[in-house]
Amino acid sequence: MTAAPLLTVGNLQAWYGRAHILMGVDLQVGRGEVVALMGRNGAGKTTTMKAVMGLLDARTGSVGFDGRDVSALPPHRIARLGLGYVPEDRRVFTDLTVEENLEVGRQPPRAGAPAWTPERLYALFPNLAEMCGRRGGRMSGGEQQMLTLARTLMGNPSLLLLDEPSEGLAPRIVQQMADAVRALKAEGLSILLSEQNLAFAGAVADRACVIEKGRIRFDGPMRTLLDDEEARRAYLAV
Amino acid sequence: MSFYFVQFLSGLAAAATLFLVSSGLTIVFGVTRIVNFAHGSFYMLGAYMGWSLIERWGTTPLGFWGGVALASLAVGLLGALMEVGLLRRLYRSPELFQLLATFGVVLVVQDVASAAWGAEDLLGRRAPGLKGSVDILDQPFPLYDLVLIGLGPVVLGLLWLLFNRTRWGTLVRAATQDREMAAALGVDPARLFTGVLFLGSALAGLGGALQVPREAVTLHMDMAIVVEAFVVVVVGGMGSLTGAFVASLLIGQLQAFGILVFPQITLVLVFLFMAVVLVIRPYGLLGRAEDAPPTAASPGPPLVLAAGLGRWAPALLLAVLALVPLVAGDYALIVLTEVVILALVAASLHLLIGLGGLVSFGHAAYFGLGAYGAALMVKHLAAPMPLALAAAPLLAGVGALIAGWFCVRRSGLYFAMLTLAFAQIAWSVVFQWYGVTGGDNGILGVWPPGWASGKAAYYWLTLALAGGALLLLRRAAFAPFGYTLRAGRDSALRAEAVGIDVRRHQWLAFALAGSAAGLAGGLYAFAKGSVFPTLMAVPVSVDALVMVLMGGIQTLSGPVVGAAVFHLLETQAMSLTDWWRLGLGLIIVVLVLAFPKGIAGFARDLWLRRAER
Repeated sequence: MTAAPLLTVGNLQAWYGRAHILMGVDLQVGRGEVVALMGRNGAGKTTTMKAVMGLLDARTGSVGFDGRDVSALPPHRIARLGLGYVPEDRRVFTDLTVEENLEVGRQPPRAGAPAWTPERLYALFPNLAEMCGRRGGRMSGGEQQMLTLARTLMGNPSLLLLDEPSEGLAPRIVQQMADAVRALKAEGLSILLSEQNLAFAGAVADRACVIEKGRIRFDGPMRTLLDDEEARRAYLAV
Repeated sequence: MSFYFVQFLSGLAAAATLFLVSSGLTIVFGVTRIVNFAHGSFYMLGAYMGWSLIERWGTTPLGFWGGVALASLAVGLLGALMEVGLLRRLYRSPELFQLLATFGVVLVVQDVASAAWGAEDLLGRRAPGLKGSVDILDQPFPLYDLVLIGLGPVVLGLLWLLFNRTRWGTLVRAATQDREMAAALGVDPARLFTGVLFLGSALAGLGGALQVPREAVTLHMDMAIVVEAFVVVVVGGMGSLTGAFVASLLIGQLQAFGILVFPQITLVLVFLFMAVVLVIRPYGLLGRAEDAPPTAASPGPPLVLAAGLGRWAPALLLAVLALVPLVAGDYALIVLTEVVILALVAASLHLLIGLGGLVSFGHAAYFGLGAYGAALMVKHLAAPMPLALAAAPLLAGVGALIAGWFCVRRSGLYFAMLTLAFAQIAWSVVFQWYGVTGGDNGILGVWPPGWASGKAAYYWLTLALAGGALLLLRRAAFAPFGYTLRAGRDSALRAEAVGIDVRRHQWLAFALAGSAAGLAGGLYAFAKGSVFPTLMAVPVSVDALVMVLMGGIQTLSGPVVGAAVFHLLETQAMSLTDWWRLGLGLIIVVLVLAFPKGIAGFARDLWLRRAER
C-alpha cells in the first residue's frame, strides 16, 4: 500500500493561554485505518484532536486531510471536507431531541465515505431508535455518547476523530461502543481515537501512537505495543 | 365595567407591538449573546421607512400592508449588514465591547434618521379600511388595534414553527446552545448569525412600521422602546420567545391599568415589576440558568502596581493639572473641570466593572442622586456648599446601598438589568415628584459661594476633591479589598471556598462606587449651577460605560483616559458640527474594532512590547 495517508499531522504545536501543550506532534492515519492515540491524562490527546479540527486558535504546524492543507480553515469548513469530530465531553444539544441532534449533523453524502441516514444509525444504535423524540438533556451518559457519535456520522465523514469514546461508561456500554467502532471500520471509515483504556484500544485499533508531554513517543502496530511490556509501563503505566 | 374591558384591550394592543420588538431582541440575544442596543434604532427606522412608504402608497390596503412589509424587510437587511460589517468581528470580544459597538450604531442611526426625515415629529396615515372603530360593550375601540391584538399570537406561532419545524431553526437552536460544537459539525455559525440578525431586526422594523398609524414617529422612539424591550426580555427570561410573549402581555396590562391605579408612579411601575420578578425568579419567568454567565471581561493579565516612575504617575498628573489654571483660559478650565468630574464617574464605574466584574447599566443614578442631594440641600435648606457637597456622596451612597443589596444577588446581564431598573426608578421618582424635585424643570441656582465661584478656584476645588477620591479608589484597588473583589470576579466559587463573602464585598464596592459617583454629581451640580432629571437618564449611564470601555477595563488609568478623550471628543465635535452623533458613533465603532482592549490597554501593550524587545 503506497496510497497517501488520509490525515497527515506535522509538527503540530498548540497552546492554552501561555501553557504550551503540544510540542510538535507528528502522526498519520491511513485510509481505512484505525489509529489509537494513547497517553495519560494531560498528555495532549484531546488538544491534538481539537487542534486538528481547527477548534484552537493558538496552534502552528501542518494538518493535511485528503490531500488538502486544512490548517488554516475554520472548523465548519474542515467538517464539510469529511472530518468528523466526536468530543470527549459529548456536548449533546440538550434542548434538542435525538432526531434534531441528528439533523444538526446532517451533511450531503460524500464520494468515498459511507452514507448515513437516521434509519441506518438507529440500526447501529438500537437504543437511540426507542427515544428519537426525547431531549438530549434527558438521556444517560452512555446514550448521550451513542448520540454524539451518531450525530457526527450524519455528516458522512471519511475520517472520524473519536475522543475518549469509552470514558466514564459502564462496561456493557463500552462493549457496545467497541462493536460500533468495529462496524464503522468495516464500512471503510478511517478512525483516530484517543484512549486511556488499553483493552478498548487493543480491541479496535490497528496502530497505536503514544503521546507524552505533547510529543509522540511511540508509533507502531497495536500488537507491538500490547506485546512490549516495557513500552507500556514507560508510557502508559499499566 | 366596559371601560375596564376596553382598557384591557388597549393593553393587549400595546403588548402586541412590545412583543414584536422584544421577540426580535430575545432571538438575537439567545443566539449571539449580544445585547443589541441598536434594536431600538431598527424599530425607529422601521417606523420612519414605514411612514415614507405609507405616505406614498398607503391609500390602498395593498399599498399600506406592502409598505409595512417592505419597511420590515429593509430593516432586516440593515440588521444583516450590521452583523456582517460589525458584530461578526466582535463575537470573541468581551460582551461589553459588543454592547458599546451597538451603541455606536444607535448614535449613527440617530443622525442619519434626523438628516433623512428631519427633527419634526411625523404623523402617519391611518390604515385604509381600518380607520374606524367598533363598539365593544358600548365603548368605541379602534379597529386597527384589534388587528394588532390578533397579530401578536400569529407572529408567536410563526416563530415557533420556524424554530421547531425547520432545519434552519434547529441549527439556530443548536448554535444557541453550543456554537463551537455546531461549527465542528459543519454548521457555519457566521451565516446563521447573519440570518438571525436579519430576522430579529425585521421584527423590530415590523413593530416600528405598524406603529405609524397609532403614534407620531419621532427621534426618541429608539431609546424608549429598547429600554422597554429589555425589561420584557429580562422579565420573560433572556432568549425565551414564549417568555417574551407572556412578559409583553403582563407589561401591556400593567401599563394600561397602572395609569388608572397609580397615576403618580406610572413610570416606575414597570421597573419595580421587573425588580420584583428578578428577585423572585432570578432568570425571568421562563428563563433558565446560564451555563456560563456572561462576563465583563476576559480575565486579562492581573493589575500590577507600576514600578519606578509609573508609581508616581498619578501624583505627577495631579500636580501638572493643578498648574493648568496658570496658563489656561476660562473655557478650557470649564471643560477641564468637567473632565475631572467625569474621570471620577468613570473610575467609580470601573471599580465595579474592571475589578468586580459587575457591569452596571445604571451608574447615572448615583451621579444624579449626588447632584440632587447637593441641589436639594441648597433649595430646601439653603445649605452652604460644603454641607451640600457632603450630602452628595451620602445620598448616593445610601441609594447605592439599597439598590446594591438587590443587585449583587444576581450576576452578569441580570445584574446589569437590575441596575438599569433601579436607575430608571430613581429617574422616575425625580421626574414625577414635582413638589420636591421640580420634575422636568430641575433645580436652578445651585452656585458655589464667592470664594469658589471663579473658574480657577472651582477647578482647584474639584481637582482636590475628585482627585482625592480617585486616589482613594486607586488605593482600594491595591488593598486587600481590591484583591478580594478581583478574586470574586475571576472565580466566585473559589473565592467563596477560601472564605471570602463575595456578595458582601460586591455590595460594599457598589456602595463605594455609588458614593464616589455621587461626589462627582455634587461637584457637577455646582459646576453647572443646575440639575435636571436627564442627569440620571439612560444615556448618561451609557456615556459612563463608553468612557470606561474606551479607556480599557484592564488598567486603572483607562477610565481616566477614556473620560478625557470622550468628553473632549464630545464637546469638540458638538461645537464643530451638527453631525456629532454620527461622528461619535463612528469613532466608537472604529475604536471597538481597532482597540479591543481600549486606548490605555493598547498603549500598555505597546509599552510592554517595546520593553520586551
